[in-house]
Amino acid sequence: MRTKTNTAVGGLAAELAHDRDAAFPRLVRTLQDGLFAGALRLTGSRTDAEEITQESFVRAYRALKSYPDERVRELRVREWLWTITLNLCRNRARARARRPEAPSGEDPAVPDPAPGPEQQALVTADRESLERHLARLPWAIRAALVLRYVADLPYAEIATALDRPVGTVRSDVHRGLQRLRQSLEEES
Amino acid sequence: MTDITVRLAALREPAPASIFPGVLDRTGLADHYVTRPSPLGPVFVAFTSRGISLVDLAAVPEAFAARYRARFGRPVLPAAEPPAPLAAALRKALAEGRTGRLPLDLTGLSHFQEAVLHKAAEIPPGEVRPYSWVAGEIGHPGSERAVGNALAANPVPLVVPCHRVVRADGRLGRYSLGTDDNKRLLLEAEGLEVAAHESLAARGVRYLGSATTGVYCHPTCRHARRITARHRMEFRDARAARAAGYRPCRDCRPKAA
Repeated sequence: MRTKTNTAVGGLAAELAHDRDAAFPRLVRTLQDGLFAGALRLTGSRTDAEEITQESFVRAYRALKSYPDERVRELRVREWLWTITLNLCRNRARARARRPEAPSGEDPAVPDPAPGPEQQALVTADRESLERHLARLPWAIRAALVLRYVADLPYAEIATALDRPVGTVRSDVHRGLQRLRQSLEEES
Repeated sequence: MTDITVRLAALREPAPASIFPGVLDRTGLADHYVTRPSPLGPVFVAFTSRGISLVDLAAVPEAFAARYRARFGRPVLPAAEPPAPLAAALRKALAEGRTGRLPLDLTGLSHFQEAVLHKAAEIPPGEVRPYSWVAGEIGHPGSERAVGNALAANPVPLVVPCHRVVRADGRLGRYSLGTDDNKRLLLEAEGLEVAAHESLAARGVRYLGSATTGVYCHPTCRHARRITARHRMEFRDARAARAAGYRPCRDCRPKAA
């Protein structure tokens, strides 16, 4: 799975260096699902996640247009996009915290359409409790967890995106999983 | 209870469909289209930041947009007008039948296909050239079949007049925009007497020469059309024209013997 995503990103930097405008749509198509999924779990709001994902791409495009070719060729594209997205998510979270009356997590997750109604209610409840507990984790731990398991990024890329040592990221992910298990057990 | 990492992965949701066109629009990379009248009825003309990318007939805008997306993997949005310089060049191309400097976005085509289209764009309105002429002109003599395929796949018909390339035996050949009959319709709309052209070719006449100038041309070349009946010579091929002491026209450049 991870290898597959890497192949999709592979070659993007070279293509971008060669022709920004021609390669940029592929960048958006390749990265939008991962970035949106991650932003959704980091902001808890579909509207915020959609805005942030769009904004990340627009900022990336403007930056790409201003960078010299050599710099673009060296870019680790996915990590770079994640750095931009993480900053936007974090700023949004801070703004929300300053204005507690502002709604957050206003839109509930769309439940899986496949299973029957009772099973679906269970799945939805299960999902919502996981989302709630995830949202209570400290930023760094939550970001590491979301990038690792929701966005499916390898540790090395998470470390670059968060600008933290790989070891720290690994232990954050580990601690995050422990805390999630613990709080979910306490609840049930 | 399912493992927590699996449950986290299950929180993944695909990006909403609005993100991709939204980003392209905000970065100025979105493709747009306008509709323009043509002898075949209204045509959809799509353009990117580089130039015209697709010209097509469609019953409804949705059908055109769907075809665009299938071909390029990008959405296309309606526009009121193309950017001014493009609009002027497009007007000229459609009204006068001259591609001129109309910018084209032929990304994704091979060098061969591009060369074929640029060569077809040189043929003046109301004139036709055989497939073999295009092949020879672009340095691939004998590859008229490949030329035919390249023209059949022309993404920008009308603005690149692929309808002006026909078979040497007088038949008009394939046409990509709608039905093959549209080729005749377009040529007649440009003032070509298609029936006369066909019967000449069917008699085996490939070139016309002027006894006063000693020059031979493609029969639809503007110089050939000025030759009076009294001075008009008919040739089956370049060798016959040369044997009679004629030289090829510098404008329509028929094959030299």
